[in-house]
Amino acid sequence: MAGNIVGILFDGLAYGSLLFLVGVGLSITMGLMNFINLAHGSFAMIGGYASVYLANRAGIPFLATLPLAFVAAGLCGIIAERLFFQRLYKAPHLDQMLFTVGFVFSSIAAAHYFFGASQQFVAMPDMLQGQVRFMGVDFGKYRLLLIAFVAAVTLALHLMLSKTRFGAEIRAAVDNQDAAAGLGINVNLVFALCFALGTGLAGLGGALGVEVLGLDPTFPLKYMVYFLLVVVVGGAGSIKGPLIAALLLGVFDVAGKYFVPEIGAFIIYVMMIVLLIAFPSGLGGKRA
Amino acid sequence: MTIRFQAVQRLASPRPRLAEIIFWLLPAAIYFLLPYDRMLVLSLMAYAIAVLGLDLVLGYAGIVSLGHAAFFGIGAYTAGLLSVHGWREPLSGLLIAGALTLAVGYLTSFLVVRGKDLTRLMVTLGICLVTYELANRMSGVTGGMDGLSGIEMAPLFGTFEFDFFGNTAYWYAYAVLVIVFVALKFFASSPLGLSLRAIREGVDRMPALGASVNNRLRVAFTLSAGIAGIAGGLMAQTTQFVGVDSLSVTRSAEFLVMLVLGGTGRLYGAVIGTAVFVVAHEFLNDVDPVYWEFWMGVLLMAVVFFLRGGLTGGASDLLRFIASKGLPALRKREPAE
Repeated sequence: MAGNIVGILFDGLAYGSLLFLVGVGLSITMGLMNFINLAHGSFAMIGGYASVYLANRAGIPFLATLPLAFVAAGLCGIIAERLFFQRLYKAPHLDQMLFTVGFVFSSIAAAHYFFGASQQFVAMPDMLQGQVRFMGVDFGKYRLLLIAFVAAVTLALHLMLSKTRFGAEIRAAVDNQDAAAGLGINVNLVFALCFALGTGLAGLGGALGVEVLGLDPTFPLKYMVYFLLVVVVGGAGSIKGPLIAALLLGVFDVAGKYFVPEIGAFIIYVMMIVLLIAFPSGLGGKRA
Repeated sequence: MTIRFQAVQRLASPRPRLAEIIFWLLPAAIYFLLPYDRMLVLSLMAYAIAVLGLDLVLGYAGIVSLGHAAFFGIGAYTAGLLSVHGWREPLSGLLIAGALTLAVGYLTSFLVVRGKDLTRLMVTLGICLVTYELANRMSGVTGGMDGLSGIEMAPLFGTFEFDFFGNTAYWYAYAVLVIVFVALKFFASSPLGLSLRAIREGVDRMPALGASVNNRLRVAFTLSAGIAGIAGGLMAQTTQFVGVDSLSVTRSAEFLVMLVLGGTGRLYGAVIGTAVFVVAHEFLNDVDPVYWEFWMGVLLMAVVFFLRGGLTGGASDLLRFIASKGLPALRKREPAE
């Protein structure tokens, strides 16, 4: 029983880690830039397809496809930002939402057209398959990798935002665009890079998620709720809030599906509603 | 001053104009002139009612709801289940469906009015997802993925049979749509309706006028849920089938698209947007459903970029532009509502 609980906790943390990896990019575009981006899942999907395509068709090892998925999604993100999204930064939230929902529908159809409707699988290297036995409990190697990725990404993002010049420029541009521009910061460039970073992280999460979440053209809509949940419950614009939210939701979701399978699917939604009622601006949010 | 007075007077007295009368004669014309398209127009009218409800909450109260399919679906399942279990009288069935969704809307309205745009969006989305899961899980009651069939209606008023060709269903749906529309028209120009507009325009000033914002928003949300429930009930009764997709987030998003396409905050926008959407869907879906999804996305993005205010907003801007350019025949006419 104790082993069971440790196992569930571990699986929940790994699942939460994945949710965080995909969602944290959204915290940047939606929280920092105050842009309601429901199209985040589309960029995660681009990363996923990039990884699958490169690993299965081009024969690149899975781990090597991850940075490429980041770059592919980031590039698509920056193109979309320059073409469309930048025009909507000052638009009402409704317009941003509708535009990105439209983007989701079109991207689903486009993915369907190019890759077919079927579920995609990615060739996993042997070293990521199987379990590690520790203190009598089996830990999936792939899940350990997810947790390691989260630790690395969180640390890197935290250091980037708090210690680098670019991080300072982001914070300045977010707090007051005009003043930041007056100080010689290229606000347009900062926002474009921010968007590229957010969508790139989505792509990385999408690529890592193929194994756990699956990948088919409906991905952006199917998981939209989960990414939004992580960010909105966690508090858009922070790193810590979404991390806590993602891990909490991951553990509760896995535990719920294990212990009370009849109502397992509800737990995450009900938790979202309860948490949102209790913390309307999120667990660690700056903006509501 | 006089112009403003006229505007207020026009708001306060919803007297139909010629264009409106012609507009409302169209469904009757379609019934006689295009008998093969009746079924399409029938479902169009049911959707239009739901979108009118959404317009009340989005266009007037300014709450973005991604969860209206929940209420549509609850209404549909209520009306459908009543009939399946022997309550076949249509009008009372529809009223019960409306009353039940009104109650659900009232209970959920407390959750919805808390927080800002994004929180509201998420909460309404959550409501939709929970109801969808519920319907899916309770497949013994709802039929689950297979849907609820075997809905049969008793004759309307005890005389008009619901026949295979949808003749009675057509006039029934038409009448319900007109009643809902007229009721909303009066509501929009009532003090409560006007105060909702005021909330949308400047929420911070309302408490200074002594008006409680949250109570009004809750009333709007509750009414809107009830209207969506009636729409769902009508759908179930006239098409004699309820699928679990009537509760889906995709359906919610479609309602939003219909409304925004037509133009928010104008009741005609809801009806025209629904008509254009349903007809476009019918044509494009025949070609290829994937193709349709792509174009729906493009349509939505295009509306945001090029057609703020939707079709009716665009038309009204165009009329105003023509009027200001001094075409004497059009100068006196006011922009279409």
